[in-house]
Amino acid sequence: MTVKLYIDSIHDALQEEMRRDQGVFVVGEDVGVRGGVFRVTQGLIEEFGEMRVIDAPLAESAIVGVAIGAAAYGLKPVAEIQFADFILPAVNQIISEAAKMRYRSNNDWSCPLVVRAPYGGGVHGALYHSQSVEALFHHVPGLKVVMPATAADAKGLLLSAIRDPDPVLFFEHKALYRWVKDDVPDGDYTVPIGKARLVREGEDLTVITYGLMVHYAEEAARELEKEGVSIELLDLRTVSPLDREAILAAAKKTGKVLIVHEDNKTGGVGAEVSAIIAEEALFDLDAPIARLCGPDIPAMPFNPPQERFYMVNSEKIAQAMRKLAAF
Amino acid sequence: MSISLEQMKWMYATMVKIRYYEETMVTAYAEGKSPVFNIGAGPVPGEMHLAAGQEPAAVGICAHLRKEDTVTAPHRPHHHAIAKGVDLKRMTAEIFGKQSGLGKGKGGHMHLFDPEVKFSCGGIVAAGIPHAVGAALAAKMKKKDWVAVAFVGEGAANSGAFHESLNLAAVWKLPLIVVIEDNAYGISVPKKVSTAVASNVERAKGYGIPGFSVRDNDPREMYQISEQAVRHARNGEGPVLIEIETYRYLGHFQGDPELYREKNELNKLHEKDPVIRLKSLLESEGVVASDIAQLEAQVRKEVDEAYDFARKSEYPTIEEALLDVFE
Repeated sequence: MTVKLYIDSIHDALQEEMRRDQGVFVVGEDVGVRGGVFRVTQGLIEEFGEMRVIDAPLAESAIVGVAIGAAAYGLKPVAEIQFADFILPAVNQIISEAAKMRYRSNNDWSCPLVVRAPYGGGVHGALYHSQSVEALFHHVPGLKVVMPATAADAKGLLLSAIRDPDPVLFFEHKALYRWVKDDVPDGDYTVPIGKARLVREGEDLTVITYGLMVHYAEEAARELEKEGVSIELLDLRTVSPLDREAILAAAKKTGKVLIVHEDNKTGGVGAEVSAIIAEEALFDLDAPIARLCGPDIPAMPFNPPQERFYMVNSEKIAQAMRKLAAF
Repeated sequence: MSISLEQMKWMYATMVKIRYYEETMVTAYAEGKSPVFNIGAGPVPGEMHLAAGQEPAAVGICAHLRKEDTVTAPHRPHHHAIAKGVDLKRMTAEIFGKQSGLGKGKGGHMHLFDPEVKFSCGGIVAAGIPHAVGAALAAKMKKKDWVAVAFVGEGAANSGAFHESLNLAAVWKLPLIVVIEDNAYGISVPKKVSTAVASNVERAKGYGIPGFSVRDNDPREMYQISEQAVRHARNGEGPVLIEIETYRYLGHFQGDPELYREKNELNKLHEKDPVIRLKSLLESEGVVASDIAQLEAQVRKEVDEAYDFARKSEYPTIEEALLDVFE
């Protein structure tokens, strides 16, 4: 085990997999000489050359489309979209092409593609550098959507994603890059896609979340522990496919469920999690399912007070926990 | 084709205003961000893309525009906004995230909208080009002789939206002028790495429209070529493409280590500064030093007042974050 930053573990996964598998290559805007705007791909062009670390033109649709073609013809592309907000021009390629490649080709073709993108707000990125886009893709069968919260998961899940035979969207919260560090196993290991992680066990209520919010929920859970409320905390890790088994087990255990995400509330991942529990565990519940999410406004406002209002944080989670515990 | 003395003075004063605005922003933006750079700190949080050096592109064409003509701009928009006559106080307040800003502080510096002078900009590369095509279509349908100008960086010329927009504007013969500001880098990637042709003007042939190059960031040449382009568009003869070789003195964003630059590149650029060149031109036309100083003092005062207005303005309330979603 080595303590590593979230960003370094993503870098290491790319580097190790590129050493292991000659078919793996990186393509995206500023990923080469600059090493990515967040420096995730720093040093890769020096080691692997410009044929495997490709500085692409500003054309997201082409970046993903070319990656799909390369994936279909035997390579393992890892496309980087500079900010998750910029993925929208590529949505046609992701949803109409990548997600349907296997299904429409009688299982003859697959699309082992990874699209990485930093998402999320709270970093004063304003309208187009703050969005959470997972719900758009969560709805689409044929895509896997991974959102790691820890450095260890980031590496293990990215290795799984690259080795996965189908398209995987890999969303990295930009606030986690240089804030979170944890024990990362040395060498080669994978974390399975589609399996949630029980962060802490508790008796009084269950919090289900993913990404940056896992850390805020942990902070809030420690706070509530002092108040005598014990929290079961589930990190989904993958939002497509959801780990139904883990969701139901965690919900049934305490009978009270709080779902937390930064993305807008309406039609978010939390709505599906809530529906799964309502369909299969309604009579195990002692309280209505609660959701704490970003407000339903079109974008993250730029000015600091309204950005703070938008972002879910540990205080807001603690408040929601108290309210649900008291029900 | 010559420039009247009045026009020359306007161009000079506006270029000085832009330069001083950007230099003032360098200082304002840096407040609270040292010794450790924290993008969220200080009176102007978030990313900041400044345009010092790129003044000729904006003033050269805006000198020929009217209030009713549309301008769309990208993520580096201050010079375009100032040249188009956007309200300087409300623009600055927006950049500071204040309630008195153009977008009540929701947008920040990449998202300035002033319907009074038909100006808009946005943080997604190339996304503003089709909007300018739409404005040009609206002008044609309303039988007005208005034109629309879309400013983009050279990196945007590789996006699908660029191609789709120019083809449409050409086939519909719309009064559109696309101005490509070639500042040599798309963030860190040099033009030759991202673009298959040395000059994007060559691409004009592909749409059957006139294309013009402006070399060496020359404000006078930009003015003269823009005069032809605007006349062509206003006369209903269809779109025009202009590419100007310009330079950005500062980083892609404030805080950019600029490792991609060649040694002495900036020194060489400063030696042929367009503001100084235009000043010499004014002097050679017989404008006396005291008159030039007076022009400079006037625009600096305007800029200082705008910053003062922004600083003294209040942040919006939390409740306002929920407004303006629907009518």
